[in-house]
Amino acid sequence: MEKQTFSGKVALVTGGANGIGKAIATQFAKQGAMVAILDVVLDVAKETAKGIASDNQEVEAFACDITNTRQVNRVIKQVYERFGCIDILVNNAGIGDTSTPIENMTDEQWERMLNVHLSGTFKMTRAVVPYIKERGGGRIINMSSQTGMVGEADFCHYSAAKAGLLGLTKALAKELAEFHISVNAIAPGVIETTYFKKFTEEQMAKKRAVVPWGRLGKPEDVAYVAAFLASEEAEYITGQVISPNGGRTIVGI
Amino acid sequence: MREHMFSCGGKVALVTGAAQGIGLAIADKLFNLGASVVLSDLNTEKVNRAAKKLEPSGERVKAINGDVSSTEDSVHMVEFVLREFGKIDYLVNNAGIGTPSFPVEKMEDKLWEKMIAVHLTGTFKMTRAAVPIMKTLGRGSIVNMSSNAGQVGDDEYCHYSAAKAGILGLTKALAKELAEFGIRVNAVAPGIIKTDILAVQPAELIAYKETQIPLGRLGTPQDVASTVCFLLSDQADYITGQVLCPNGGRTIVGI
Repeated sequence: MEKQTFSGKVALVTGGANGIGKAIATQFAKQGAMVAILDVVLDVAKETAKGIASDNQEVEAFACDITNTRQVNRVIKQVYERFGCIDILVNNAGIGDTSTPIENMTDEQWERMLNVHLSGTFKMTRAVVPYIKERGGGRIINMSSQTGMVGEADFCHYSAAKAGLLGLTKALAKELAEFHISVNAIAPGVIETTYFKKFTEEQMAKKRAVVPWGRLGKPEDVAYVAAFLASEEAEYITGQVISPNGGRTIVGI
Repeated sequence: MREHMFSCGGKVALVTGAAQGIGLAIADKLFNLGASVVLSDLNTEKVNRAAKKLEPSGERVKAINGDVSSTEDSVHMVEFVLREFGKIDYLVNNAGIGTPSFPVEKMEDKLWEKMIAVHLTGTFKMTRAAVPIMKTLGRGSIVNMSSNAGQVGDDEYCHYSAAKAGILGLTKALAKELAEFGIRVNAVAPGIIKTDILAVQPAELIAYKETQIPLGRLGTPQDVASTVCFLLSDQADYITGQVLCPNGGRTIVGI
């Protein structure tokens, strides 16, 4: 059998039941990886895993709330026991929120956003790193957003969390390089997932109009970047942020 | 043959500075990914030899010599690609030169001008020549070779740093300008890469710099080629105006 990009590798994708996470899990499995899909919605995650798995690929779903340290540590151990190792971690799990000007933003909104995106990524990474070290190296990919790069009005909590992920990414890249673990972030533009189903066509048209490339992103646009970063091809890339955003967000050097 | 995640079958690529080093590695990878490739370089003999070595039959690999900083040559090279292969899908503005270090008070006009001419003006001229063709096709992908020196500067290389930083501004402006025509423009900013150009620097300095790289090694031309080919490919369709940095963690810049 032809050797594929991720033959013999185990990838863990949080928030892998739907949207971008699902597309990433799908792409990894397509290229030969065994995949652990972690999500809070176990039934959907199981459906997704079933849909992706084939004769050659092992894909399994695990229920996990990444904000819960105990749960995280327990589930990671389960993933390790199930698959025997962990090579790639994609910290993709996230939540949205309605737009909220700062004077109206509650403690609960602020804390929840930081808890899931920033603390959740930290807790998951802390738990997985020993296993990747055991493998002699691997990849960590954190899901930021163009919002983390340039901010978005009425989403100061999301902007802070997604920007925080970039600082976390860069620190860990420097810290884990000697163990041959590369750590990078993806900062997508607006990606059309079921999250946007509640938006009107007029609202979506407005978002589309400001993208030079003339379309919104697809989950696959992000999945290809993740697959590239996780591959041997991208071995020399660490501490970096790649932003598939159709030209919407072009930042300083 | 191992199935590759990003294929370039049926595409036509023009790679400048392709007779050796990073340019040759890019041409090599594109060829192996299924593209037809025109290697261009200042040195006629070297580029012909490189092309012949890559594909003796010369069916999918051709060579052309030219100076990217010359308007006439830039037009001539692009016309050559059009004549041989009928189109240009990919342009890789890689041509560049090295130099020993010079503090600014010792930097002569000639050296400053040469550095800007080859790297920045050359990238501009080649792009200007290729864009009309890409516009008629309604698509294209351009990758410009910057450097971590362009992102953060390198002392006693103010000319190189200025040129490589200038390429980033050029890249971003053109990304915004050409998006509506289906043309993506990105840059790659490599770290320290093991090529002949490195030989002009003292060996002990390079050895020291290597110890400062988080991933513990210098980069290879293949590290850069992988990044370039990913950006050129359809898998990177939603990426434009961006800078990708294979540098082993050496240069990690602000958001």
